[in-house]
Amino acid sequence: MISDPQPINPEQPESRLNRPADVDAAASALTETGTPREWRSIEELRGTEQFRNALEGEFGSGSDHLPDAAGRLMGALPAAGQPQAQEKPETVRPRPWDAWVAKASLSQALSESGEGSGLVQLQGAVQKGPANSAAGGDGLSRRDLLKVAAASAAMAGLSACTKLPTEKIVPYVRQPEEIVPGKPLFYATSMTMQGVATGLLVESHMGRPTKIEGNPEHPGSLGGTDVFLQASVLGVYDPDRSQTVLHNGQISSWESFLAEMGDQRAAFGKGAGLRILTETVSSPTLASQLQKLQQQFPEAKWHQYEPCSGDSAREGTRLAFGRPVNIVYRVDQANVIVALDSDFLVSGPGHVRYTREFASRRAIEGTSANLNRLYAAESMPTSTGAMADHRLRLRSSEVEGMARRLAAAIGIALPSEKGGDDKAVPEQWVRAVASDLAKNRGASLVIAGETQPPAVHALAHAMNEALQNVGKTVYYTDSLEANPVNQTESLHELVNDLNGGHVGLIVILGGNPVYDAPADFDFASALMKAQTRVHCGLYQDETGTLCNWHVPAAHYLESWSDARAYDGTIGIVQPLIAPIYGGRTHHEIVAALTGNAGKSNHEIVKEYWQGQRPEKGQAFEDFWETSLHDGVMAKTALPAISAPLQRDFMQQPPAQSMAQAGELELVFRPDPTIFDGRFANNGWLQETARPITRITWDNAVMMSPATAVHHGLNHGDYVTLRCGGREVKGGVFLAIGHVDNAVTVHLGYGRSVSVPRPDIGSPEWVSGVPGFNAYLLRTSAAPWITNAPLQLEKTGEKYTFAAVQHQWLIDNKGVESDDESVNAFQRDLVQVATLDQFRRDPNFAQVPEATETKDLSLYPNYRYDGYAWGLSIDLNKCVGCNACVVACTSENNVAIVGKDQVDRGRIMHWIRIDTYFHGGIEAPEMYFEPLPCMQCENAPCEYVCPVGATAHSSEGLNDMTYNRCVGTRYCSNNCPYKVRRFNFYLFSDYKTPSLYGLRNPDVTVRSRGVMEKCTYCVQRINEAKIRSAEEDRVVRDLEIQTACQQACPAGAIMFGNINDKKSHVARWKAEPRNYVLLADLNTRPRTSYLARVRNPNPELAG
Amino acid sequence: MPQVFHRSANLISRLSIYGIVVLIGVLTYAFYQIELSGWYSNRRLTIQQPVPFSHRHHVGELGIDCRYCHTSVEKSSFAGFPPTETCMTCHSQIWTNAEMLEPVRASYRDNVSIAWVRVNSLPQFVYFDHSIHVRQGVGCTTCHGPIASMPLTYREGTLYMSWCLNCHRQPAAFLRPRSEVFDPYYQPPSDVNPYPYKGVKYTDQLALGRRLMKEYKVYSLQDCDTCHR
Repeated sequence: MISDPQPINPEQPESRLNRPADVDAAASALTETGTPREWRSIEELRGTEQFRNALEGEFGSGSDHLPDAAGRLMGALPAAGQPQAQEKPETVRPRPWDAWVAKASLSQALSESGEGSGLVQLQGAVQKGPANSAAGGDGLSRRDLLKVAAASAAMAGLSACTKLPTEKIVPYVRQPEEIVPGKPLFYATSMTMQGVATGLLVESHMGRPTKIEGNPEHPGSLGGTDVFLQASVLGVYDPDRSQTVLHNGQISSWESFLAEMGDQRAAFGKGAGLRILTETVSSPTLASQLQKLQQQFPEAKWHQYEPCSGDSAREGTRLAFGRPVNIVYRVDQANVIVALDSDFLVSGPGHVRYTREFASRRAIEGTSANLNRLYAAESMPTSTGAMADHRLRLRSSEVEGMARRLAAAIGIALPSEKGGDDKAVPEQWVRAVASDLAKNRGASLVIAGETQPPAVHALAHAMNEALQNVGKTVYYTDSLEANPVNQTESLHELVNDLNGGHVGLIVILGGNPVYDAPADFDFASALMKAQTRVHCGLYQDETGTLCNWHVPAAHYLESWSDARAYDGTIGIVQPLIAPIYGGRTHHEIVAALTGNAGKSNHEIVKEYWQGQRPEKGQAFEDFWETSLHDGVMAKTALPAISAPLQRDFMQQPPAQSMAQAGELELVFRPDPTIFDGRFANNGWLQETARPITRITWDNAVMMSPATAVHHGLNHGDYVTLRCGGREVKGGVFLAIGHVDNAVTVHLGYGRSVSVPRPDIGSPEWVSGVPGFNAYLLRTSAAPWITNAPLQLEKTGEKYTFAAVQHQWLIDNKGVESDDESVNAFQRDLVQVATLDQFRRDPNFAQVPEATETKDLSLYPNYRYDGYAWGLSIDLNKCVGCNACVVACTSENNVAIVGKDQVDRGRIMHWIRIDTYFHGGIEAPEMYFEPLPCMQCENAPCEYVCPVGATAHSSEGLNDMTYNRCVGTRYCSNNCPYKVRRFNFYLFSDYKTPSLYGLRNPDVTVRSRGVMEKCTYCVQRINEAKIRSAEEDRVVRDLEIQTACQQACPAGAIMFGNINDKKSHVARWKAEPRNYVLLADLNTRPRTSYLARVRNPNPELAG
Repeated sequence: MPQVFHRSANLISRLSIYGIVVLIGVLTYAFYQIELSGWYSNRRLTIQQPVPFSHRHHVGELGIDCRYCHTSVEKSSFAGFPPTETCMTCHSQIWTNAEMLEPVRASYRDNVSIAWVRVNSLPQFVYFDHSIHVRQGVGCTTCHGPIASMPLTYREGTLYMSWCLNCHRQPAAFLRPRSEVFDPYYQPPSDVNPYPYKGVKYTDQLALGRRLMKEYKVYSLQDCDTCHR
């Protein structure tokens, strides 16, 4: 039971990521170096020892390496500023075995003392090995070392002598016709979040769902996915899901539950005491069931609540149009987009589709470009902000004032009073944006974010109308939801009824209101006033534990249902697997309440549509089969409606702004990976680095460095947040690009019951739920931006974040030496130009070294006669959403390591999103760079493997043979791109039986002591090669999609055969923007990048 | 100072020096033999099954095609293992009372699978695909041995990597025409057993194999990722 977040290692002085908030020094470093290229953190700018250590650590602290040409070729780059190592090698040179000795002696001490808890210290010692023990010069001689090493080698050799275990083969009794063992099947289904469905194709191996892909036929996906969709498959197999019906904490049965509901029904009367609480419902079937329930029991009430439900957007449309409508953007039709604190590319309804549409307008072929232009005004750095051509740091509470000024500037008559602090928004900015919008009437778009109050949403609608965008870049439909209500008010009404003692039976279908309801509702104590409380959820969570009845819910991959996409298109949710833990769907529970107990959810859903559709008999069956197959019901998108703008709201004065008070303001946001807390038990999502901050496993008190300095805080300080009489504690994180005088916290952490246990699939020593519960500060009156000033108070303790920004560092500075010929130049890892610069010089990204070194190699060149696989990544399209990272984790059985191991630099992801900054510390430009293995043609890793575990394939891949690897890690030290990952422990979960089903059977599950890395999804390559050979043809272009490519909502990744000059990837690589990383090393990577081209407004330039 | 060792000690030292060399050789040979032995590799080791299924009877004597039971061998990496239903297509009609077949009937009756012991199994880090091998002219018996004469099934090859590479390095030595892949009695062409193929009489496996390699586009695949993923 973890009720309060505990600081981890409070005595640890400074983690490698602790940033001294010495911002001035960093800023001056920035100015001293002239025009800086990309940078990663304040430490890098300051050149702190921490940063240098982190960088050197990537190369096995090879600081005694001579900076010769071979060293450079091999990537063993000595870091800058180590001349003393060459002057006095006899005193400071660490011996190679020191790390090993430290480990051996410690493990000996450990076994003697018999303490298991020393494990963590051991890791620390090993990590610090060379530096520590070199100075101490402990007693183990070379001779002793050799003895021990020989003995271990002999033992290791013997341990390899195992006989294969006897396996059983268990065939079907009656084999289903469509199942061919060894061939996966794909089924279409949909996943719903916030009531909006995204269509999926789910890979099924012998009846086990293993991988989620987007459904290209589905309007909400077009084949793309996001992190939540990708990771949802882990949720099915989660061993912590509730597994049985519970009655007052005792194991019960579904039949007893039905019997109880039957008794309750008899006593309902008109249903005055019956309350149903659901999440947002867009399922037509569930809605019709609930309506039937209300017909049977007219006095019963149906409430909806989700903590991040789109209330602001819903109320915004109510303000603007007098009723809630659904908004559909056509981002690809817009030349100019203004995002008002909106992260529309990675969150909110339809974001997968919007990313695809946005990226389509960032495509450049040759030199012809028709780029859109994105303006973003936001407080917290987000993916959308990083993609923006102009990003304005603005406190969330000031966005309304900005929106009003913008609206006024494009000619909307507003009351003349001013909102917000005028100084925050440069007049020039508003004028330039307004004129840009005005120039693009009918081809522009204003999008307001969920954290903004309804008035801003209404203003955005008014602007879109004034700009004649309605019907072109945005249109409106009837609401997707069966019953669009203000969910905060809906829950408030329920709480009042509960407190008034009017509720006899409350049925909570999904959601976790005890945890995530506004703090001022005190939902837990209100809930206890209901006589009978029923909860149906995936977990026995905070709400479940307070209920009399808990029914395990079926995961969506175990359920029949239906749902609407962002444009209203109906998709059928069909199960991939029978409920593993006997879960029940909401349909079945509502059916029980309406007296239809015993109906399966398949019958319920199908019967509903039989009643709805015009097709009857066989025609319906055909329609049903087609809909199931396609994943969507054809032509069910909601039609556009005309929604006349009501202008009353414009006369309202702007909300009292915190900004005027000059106080620190607190902004809540759903977590970018675990969302509102519902995915807290999903290790894949926990371990995914949040965009830009790159924190894993945590939420944080995020603020700008300047704000931290102003409040006397430092990175990692454990502080108390006090706001409106409530308080929580959390760690301070300096978020570059965050607006000053404001603090952002992510919701979803700090769960108070023992589930969730987000370490599924990771080693046992990782336990506990990090982070803090920001819901404790969130009130119904101010769900996103607090209306009371925030106070921060140091506790004196330190909090350690496992952020990965300082891990897998590419050395882009090279060698500093007096010898001119050795001096490396600063290499641009991210090549950027403005559209003007690009037009003047389309080849701006070309690195001369790439061509100069082309034939310089001691080894004969490989010949690639058949296929030659290559990958290209368009930096202009990538929005840094992490979908590729989770997709890769899922496809390649990548292990989770947990917070502690992430902090030690042992995260296992095969692809990472490197994040770079450019420009000043205050508001730098932000760049994403997805980095899989480069599959170098001159691969530094291959030359150094002593056992031939990594070898070059005839098609240009750097093959990794796990069963050969003995774990020397030379390859990883020698990799200049830092893409290799080592299993320091048995990271793969071999113990939890439910996870066996999750694994991709086409990829080896790696054990301890083995190196692993990206292979361009070689299992998919081989599958396609075999299929094509059997059909006597070559592999077609686009036939093979790597997992990252397939998941990418932006279409930023292209894979294929570069020997085929007509293939997409070859065409991408022939673009003038094409470049490779660290070209001077002559590694000849197969992974190349298309340079970023920004499209800034000339009026705002400079 | 007198000699510590007698002259005969020279013999002992010589013997021990040569002996060590011999010993190393013997040990190496012994180790190699142990590795190849049925005890270690399960090669040619008959395994007790829940039902004593005889390939000799079903394939050799009755002439049932491989693909009748191993249905996915041409489609999938996995050759396919017959469900109980396949057994019962015949055995609901013949030998309906045989005691030997009671587990099969019980399985069908109670809807419980028969747990067979796997004869040919690979480690989990090796990926083998039946369909492409069959397609490219690797016969069943090339790997699985004289299956038509096995009363109880055993593993013919060691299934070691060297055994796989034996063919991958020189496919021509093993390929046969696609039409002969499922023939359990096929013999490679030789002087006494020539094989007529498309108008040419082949008396040499290598010659036939080389022609088939060209025709079927068979390459010697030795990349690690061919089998290890």
